[in-house]
Amino acid sequence: MPAVSMTVNGKAVTADADARTLLVQYLREGLRLTGTHVGCDTSQCGACVVHMNGKAVKACTMFAWQAEGATITTIEGLAQDGKLHPMQEAFRDNHGLQCGFCTPGMIMTAVDMVNRKGNALDDKTIRHELEGNICRCTGYHNIVKSIAAGAKAMA
Amino acid sequence: MSATGIGAAVRRKEDHRFVTGKGQYTDDINRPGQTYIYFVRSPHAHAKIKKIDGAEAKGMPGVVAVLTGADLAADKIGNLICGWAISSKDGSPMKMSAHPAIASEKANHVGDAVAVVIAETLAQAKDAGEKVKIDYEVLPAVADPAKAQAAGAPLIHDVAPNNTIYQWHLGDQKATEAAFKSANHVTKLDIVNNRLVPNAIEPRAALADYDSGNDTLTLWNTSQNPHVARLVIAAFVGMAPEHKLRVIAPDVGGGFGSKIFIYPEEVVCLWASRKVNRPVKWNSDRSEAFLTDAHGRDHVTHAEMAFDAEGRITGLRAKTIANLGAYMSTFSSSVPTYLYATLLSGQYGIPNIYCEVDAVYTNTVPVDAYRGAGRPEATFVVERLVEAGAREMSIDPADLRKKNFIKTFPHQTPVIMAYDAGDYGASLKKAQDLADVKGFAKRKRDSARNGKLRGMGYSTYIEACGIAPSQAVGSLGAGVGLWESAEVRVNPTGSVEVLTGSHSHGQGHETTFAQLVSERLGIPIENVSIVHGDTDKVQFGMGTYGSRSGAVGMTAIVKALDKVEAKAKKVAAFMLEAAEGDIEFKDGKFTVAGTDKAAAFGDVALNAYIAHKFTGAELEPGLKEGAFYDPTNFTFPAGCHICEIEIDPATGESQIVAWTAVDDFGVVINPMIVEGQVHGGIAQGVGQALYEGTVYDKEGQLVTGSYMDYAMPRADYLPSFKVDTTETKCPSNPLGIKGCGEAGAIAAPAAVMNAITDALGTEDIAMPATPAAVWRAIQKHPTRQAAE
Repeated sequence: MPAVSMTVNGKAVTADADARTLLVQYLREGLRLTGTHVGCDTSQCGACVVHMNGKAVKACTMFAWQAEGATITTIEGLAQDGKLHPMQEAFRDNHGLQCGFCTPGMIMTAVDMVNRKGNALDDKTIRHELEGNICRCTGYHNIVKSIAAGAKAMA
Repeated sequence: MSATGIGAAVRRKEDHRFVTGKGQYTDDINRPGQTYIYFVRSPHAHAKIKKIDGAEAKGMPGVVAVLTGADLAADKIGNLICGWAISSKDGSPMKMSAHPAIASEKANHVGDAVAVVIAETLAQAKDAGEKVKIDYEVLPAVADPAKAQAAGAPLIHDVAPNNTIYQWHLGDQKATEAAFKSANHVTKLDIVNNRLVPNAIEPRAALADYDSGNDTLTLWNTSQNPHVARLVIAAFVGMAPEHKLRVIAPDVGGGFGSKIFIYPEEVVCLWASRKVNRPVKWNSDRSEAFLTDAHGRDHVTHAEMAFDAEGRITGLRAKTIANLGAYMSTFSSSVPTYLYATLLSGQYGIPNIYCEVDAVYTNTVPVDAYRGAGRPEATFVVERLVEAGAREMSIDPADLRKKNFIKTFPHQTPVIMAYDAGDYGASLKKAQDLADVKGFAKRKRDSARNGKLRGMGYSTYIEACGIAPSQAVGSLGAGVGLWESAEVRVNPTGSVEVLTGSHSHGQGHETTFAQLVSERLGIPIENVSIVHGDTDKVQFGMGTYGSRSGAVGMTAIVKALDKVEAKAKKVAAFMLEAAEGDIEFKDGKFTVAGTDKAAAFGDVALNAYIAHKFTGAELEPGLKEGAFYDPTNFTFPAGCHICEIEIDPATGESQIVAWTAVDDFGVVINPMIVEGQVHGGIAQGVGQALYEGTVYDKEGQLVTGSYMDYAMPRADYLPSFKVDTTETKCPSNPLGIKGCGEAGAIAAPAAVMNAITDALGTEDIAMPATPAAVWRAIQKHPTRQAAE
């Protein structure tokens, strides 16, 4: 099995991955970073969203070797020096999660959303931008609230 | 109210691990030397299994074993069971078929497991799975419940002629018929309550680990009730004695009912782990989940409501065919009977009710409880009939409801339930004010000017929660009692661990249960841990479903706390050299009445363990108490939801423009969490009404088998919700709690469909009211639109 190398959450890593190993399997099984989840097999639910070279990608929809040499940030890499990222804080403050399974993908998508759309996000924009993330628990009401608050806090 | 006590919107204690990716779900757990299992599943809805040839698969790289149903039977692994006995109206017992965890003679639905491959990696298991050769004889299949009983329909199980599991009824048929004969007006509806796929975002998973040294089995799985899983797998499946089987349900990513049941996969993983003497891991993929997670709803109903000349409801009758799928899942029989027909009185004083239910087998995935379980179906029948009746009699739908509301309590309905408390007029009034019902006519005119159709729909629902008094459910056929247990362990330093038989999979028990303890013992919420989901830690419990964990689970904690307080007072009496009867406990402090002598809770805890002040003969050391709580009645959350919808007649697209929910959940522990439960429930109910339709074709193939085909509600399909509460305390438990988990999913479908039918001017549209369905209804019934 060939080794694939990349930078994950600021650390250079190498792990074995055969040609069909998905990036999400590489992270979860190879590196034991189990915060990135798998909720579907058709690239619809967004539980697996991570950042590759600063942009949101669905880690279930690309092979590990496609990320060779890339810089990856997962949910585990968002908090810095033990301090939660403002978007993580906003999800907690606004009850933006219940079972927590879609949450890592939601937060990674939300941070990417702010990076692309800025810090003043209206509900309509947030709801539209969440088209690739499914939550079954919250009805999205508090996720939308969390992202608006997190976006402001990131300014 | 303290900042962390009952009624405070405390931020959730569990969230730090979830927002940092440190949750521990079943698939996040790995065991040394673990293998991976792949289930080879029937591609046919109905087929004889003539031969299975696993020879080639066995020789594939990494393969550890290929096992079939014959191997399972040879090892005397028992069948899965349905744990609630329902009898037909002729007294005959329900016709429960055998349900082996791996089919060996006949596959009865697409996705039925027929063989398993265990290999070093999942990819190797999947590769080998493709090489298992199965010779099927394909049989005709039936997927439509309305056709399952027809002469000549394919017979699925010999034990159930005409595919009929039971023909059950409830209520007084003669009196109800008489009420209809003397009725001034009768409203009739044909209703399909669409089949839903629960779709918790965490797929089901199981990791089984056999310890040959101790001959014990450990199962990590996605369960809402690990103790019930252990009991069934030990006592009925016969896998291992209960004390040799440990079941752990760690963080579970949503359940909505679908993770209550005992499934073939966890049974097979346990058996296979012992067989190959290595850990065996299974994680469902989403396609597999569509084909194996128990589905919900799937009723076909004809219902009628009788009114007198003043618009008073004098009778209700309903005939329902309930599709239970290919096998009877764990609690499937109870859902279309005692969780359904018992709620057909709604919030109304209806003197005569009669309901008949035929449960049928079809070649589809088994159907069982899904958020609300029977009560959404009942609410849909009642609330659609009331709304349609109001329109037919030209009475304002809110006025018709008010006229028929039950106003005095307790109220005995003709269908078992005794409602204990409520104020239905109060929630309706508050919802009407919040929704600005008075301004609706103007908003409707404004929509019409923009070429849009606007409608408003009410749903004044009731549910029976706090499931349930053991004696009552036992008399109705339940195989178990539905009490809950708790143990409160006070540590010598005064921190507290609470062991509960409830299970949290999104509900936030680690916070709400800790709020109760913090308030009762006067200690910081940080000093309280909630332990759940492990049969080695918690002795027994019935788990979480039916909005029961507040009303039943927390009451068990209250009972244990009462005992802790009583014991602590004895310890304090020794410490403070006072009579036990003079000790008072308030805000975390023990005092002696009429003196300034006092001891803090932590000091009393320490003294309970040091035990220097008393001898064991006078008082046992330690501070740990347990309790079981068996409720004396169901609880009856109720409320009013109002949906306002705007439809574009050119495209048939509906947009919910406003949602108002006013619910009476009794006492609320954490309003932030309660609101979240309501939001999520509404979203699932809106999903049922507008988007989610499970489609089987004539051959029994699941056409909607992925998120590409099955429309899950997404963020931009939904509005933000206006949520508020009214409060009448539940009289049957000391906290006054009724439960909030299912309300939204129960209330919402009727509110949406009442709004859509209001906008369209026809009752002739079924769920899900997709744009195509709405557009077709507009073409079929153009009158109302022309009149606008």
